[in-house]
Amino acid sequence: MVSDVKRRTVLAGLGAGVVVAAVPGSAMALNTAEARRLIDDVVSEITRVINSGGSESRMLTQFERIFDRFANTAVIAIRVLGADARSASQAQLRNFTVAFRRYIARKYGRRFREFIGGRIEVNSARAVKSWHEVQTTAHLQGEAPFRIDFLVKEAGGRNLFFDMVIEGISLTKVEREEIGAMLDRRRGNLDQLISDLRNTG
Amino acid sequence: MPIRRGIGNFAGNLNLPRVVVNNLLQFRIGKALKHTGRFVINTTLGMGGLLDPATPMGVEEDRTNFGETLYVWGVKEGNFMELPLLGPSTDRATVGMIVDLFTNPLVYMVPSPENTIGVFSAGLSKIGDRYEYSSTIDSILYESEDSYAQARSLYLQNRRFELGVEVTDDEVDEIDSLFEDLYGE
Repeated sequence: MVSDVKRRTVLAGLGAGVVVAAVPGSAMALNTAEARRLIDDVVSEITRVINSGGSESRMLTQFERIFDRFANTAVIAIRVLGADARSASQAQLRNFTVAFRRYIARKYGRRFREFIGGRIEVNSARAVKSWHEVQTTAHLQGEAPFRIDFLVKEAGGRNLFFDMVIEGISLTKVEREEIGAMLDRRRGNLDQLISDLRNTG
Repeated sequence: MPIRRGIGNFAGNLNLPRVVVNNLLQFRIGKALKHTGRFVINTTLGMGGLLDPATPMGVEEDRTNFGETLYVWGVKEGNFMELPLLGPSTDRATVGMIVDLFTNPLVYMVPSPENTIGVFSAGLSKIGDRYEYSSTIDSILYESEDSYAQARSLYLQNRRFELGVEVTDDEVDEIDSLFEDLYGE
């Protein structure tokens, strides 16, 4: 029980950080149209950056900003850490979230360059359990179209996506596997992992 | 490429009776009728199955196999495995593949040795459209620090997605309690 109380306090502290940054007056419950609008914005922002013709490092910085603005990075980071999040301190969780955000924007931002000349189509949105699922189709040059779903949930007055699922493959689950392997290789040393994530790529 | 597509079409057409049998075993009567129509169209208008006029007519194939039938019957997934040459699979999918060698009615309706085509059509039909991950997913594998664990995770997630498996209650609980901890009053 003691560890449960600690976990709650630690997490609530992280959540509060998001609340402070939230836009006031938007604390309505999320509906399907709003979920769809959020992903419309995400897709048009990504498309804008891709077609801007900027340098790679510039594009990666912009992707990180998009990720920061539209994705629930606190939830993604904690879910990726899984059981390891329970034993982490609040400072470690905060540092990991920041380092992970940079790592993920760079890792997937590099792939987004393949989207040049392609487009993402937002098809539909529906309520699933306690969140909304926005279905999109990516049409890339020389590849069969494939589905990307965004899972959207209201968080502290903001609508954010907390997972991205490509043909059923969840970014969170892929990265849980990946970060888990990285932690194992560092004998569970989270601080070492954080500093490595900061310095890669 | 046209030859490869022709072989894929031909074998895929011979494979359709197997698909119909599995549709029936899955109690999906509508799909069974659709695939029967597809078989008739492609065997006649499609010159014995070399061409695929049914797809532009809207009678496209929804792939299925005995592995999916076992899923519909409630059989558990079992363990993950990497099969030589065939790639990633599960206990359930592997049993399904073996049973599917015998679920094509052509095997029983056509005299020997021509009936062996019914067995081989299952493998041959994959030539034309071998399943490939998009390069985005491929890159996750290549850059991974533990590519076996990642291959396992990617295959199982994608397979469950194709079967239409719903999100588990455990996962819903995990997400809900995390949001509650972070943003709850």
